[in-house]
Amino acid sequence: MATTAPEPTRRDFLFIATGAVGAVGIASAIWPFVSQMAPDAATIAAGAPVDFDLTPVAEGQIVKLFWRGKLIFVRHRTAEEIKAAETADVGSMRDPQPDSARVKAGKSPWLVVYGNCTHLGCVPLGNEGAFKGWFCPCHGSVFDTSGRIRQGPAPTNLPIPPYEFVSDTKIRIG
Amino acid sequence: MSGHSTYVPKSAFGRWFESRLPIMGLIHSSFVVFPNPRNLNYLWTFGGILAFMLVAQIITGVTLAMHYTPHADLAFASVEHIMRDVNYGWLLRYLHANGASMFFVAVYVHIFRGLYYGSYKAPREILWILGVIIFLLMMATAFMGYVLPWGQMSYWGATVITNLFSAFPVVGESIVTFLWGGYSVANPTLNRFFSLHYLMPFMIAGVVILHVWALHVPGSNNPTGVEKKTEKDTLPFHPYFTVKDALALVCFIMLYMWFVFYTPNFLGHADNYIEANPAVTPAHIVPEWYFLPFYAILRAIPDKLMGVLAMFGSIAILAFLPWLDTSKVRSGTYRPVFRVFFWLFAVNAVLLGWLGAKPAEGLYVVASRLSTAYYFGYFVILFILGYVEKPLKLPASIAESVLGKQGSANAMAASAAAAPNTKG
Repeated sequence: MATTAPEPTRRDFLFIATGAVGAVGIASAIWPFVSQMAPDAATIAAGAPVDFDLTPVAEGQIVKLFWRGKLIFVRHRTAEEIKAAETADVGSMRDPQPDSARVKAGKSPWLVVYGNCTHLGCVPLGNEGAFKGWFCPCHGSVFDTSGRIRQGPAPTNLPIPPYEFVSDTKIRIG
Repeated sequence: MSGHSTYVPKSAFGRWFESRLPIMGLIHSSFVVFPNPRNLNYLWTFGGILAFMLVAQIITGVTLAMHYTPHADLAFASVEHIMRDVNYGWLLRYLHANGASMFFVAVYVHIFRGLYYGSYKAPREILWILGVIIFLLMMATAFMGYVLPWGQMSYWGATVITNLFSAFPVVGESIVTFLWGGYSVANPTLNRFFSLHYLMPFMIAGVVILHVWALHVPGSNNPTGVEKKTEKDTLPFHPYFTVKDALALVCFIMLYMWFVFYTPNFLGHADNYIEANPAVTPAHIVPEWYFLPFYAILRAIPDKLMGVLAMFGSIAILAFLPWLDTSKVRSGTYRPVFRVFFWLFAVNAVLLGWLGAKPAEGLYVVASRLSTAYYFGYFVILFILGYVEKPLKLPASIAESVLGKQGSANAMAASAAAAPNTKG
């Protein structure tokens, strides 16, 4: 066809320019609609660090508290529970971690972990299951006294929230 | 839609309107003169029943939304407010809650009817896939609706189901945070679920229109699976099938009302009358009955990611069924071997549902695994069966299957004689 103009024509330019602007426009229009689904400023602000006094927590007790809307267990472990956690065979675990990596140095009685099962988020029951750590009633995951997954479908250990000891009897979470 | 439209508006206004928007003609050709196979049994009435349930859920739901408060601190109390203070609030809520269950009763009958009579086969693949999409939308809608009362089952159901997405490597945790709008199921989650729960029924309605459109291209399948060939194989939609659908619908509504008025909480869980408590999971959490088979598949697999994939896969595989079933014969009536595996599949689906309600321990786990294996195995069996099974002889036509060879010939003569009087 003799009528074909040599490339690129003005029409090609307009076509590509319109397409490119359109694509950028659509992407920038979608962005706010996706972004609004993320945690909002108020939710993030509610994640400010919280202090927790350990003195009332008796030996053998598990206390539940919330930080950023997430459940946290603070467990005052007995000597027996610490021993069980420290002597367990790490190599045979699904998510191998020694007990020393699960507590702060020199603070082995205090285990602080997130309180939602790593399988599908149920709250495991304390002092239950084969290892007397936690047992999740929803799908049968068993955690030991270090919050490590030992049996059942959960893929990982109960995660440790960010926290530090501000004194011997007080922790700051966050 | 492919009925032969013979619509002639009676009034001058009707003609004026029809020439500008031919919607009455569309309705007339689709739901009045549309030729349906004359041998449809009552299993074919569930499409109409489902349309009724969708409308019923939208009407009761929109009304409930006028009294409900989608806030984590107020939702539970607002549902009790509906139950105690709002005039007939108890009725509206029970109609809506039991309506969801009845919607699923109807959709499961509808799906199994399609499975038995091979309604998914060519040329109805798109029709079938649209059905699978409607089913998925229904599940999402029902799940989000169940979260709204903000009871213990609502809260922990939402936690477990949204956590399914955390199984995906790398992006899983971010997806879950974006679903929640926070770091746990909380007020932002309830807000967005309410918004989506209100939106999705209208999406369903949209796909239903496509579903009916795709249905009206080839027309309904029928118990013989033999396509309609001549006019004597069919009867006009109205009055024959409008009446049949209406009778079935009335019977179905009686069952629905029995639940609503006599045992409105039978299909629910007592735990959902306890307000959501993020610190305590109910001892025995189970989803609503219509999710139990899929829940059982999730729990049958010991690996989290594989469990989630198996659960989603168990629904996704339905979309591929038109190509997994290799048999040329549609109807199970003419497939003696298929029939055995089909009924096993149906019983197995119920068994999975029962197992989904049991604790995940001991023999229940073993049974769930065997059951899950058969669920997926069924599709492999269908693939092979198409090559090895020897089907029974098919009738030459729908009319022949109903009237016999001689009757079929008479019907042809009769319909030819009666033709001048028929409206269609």
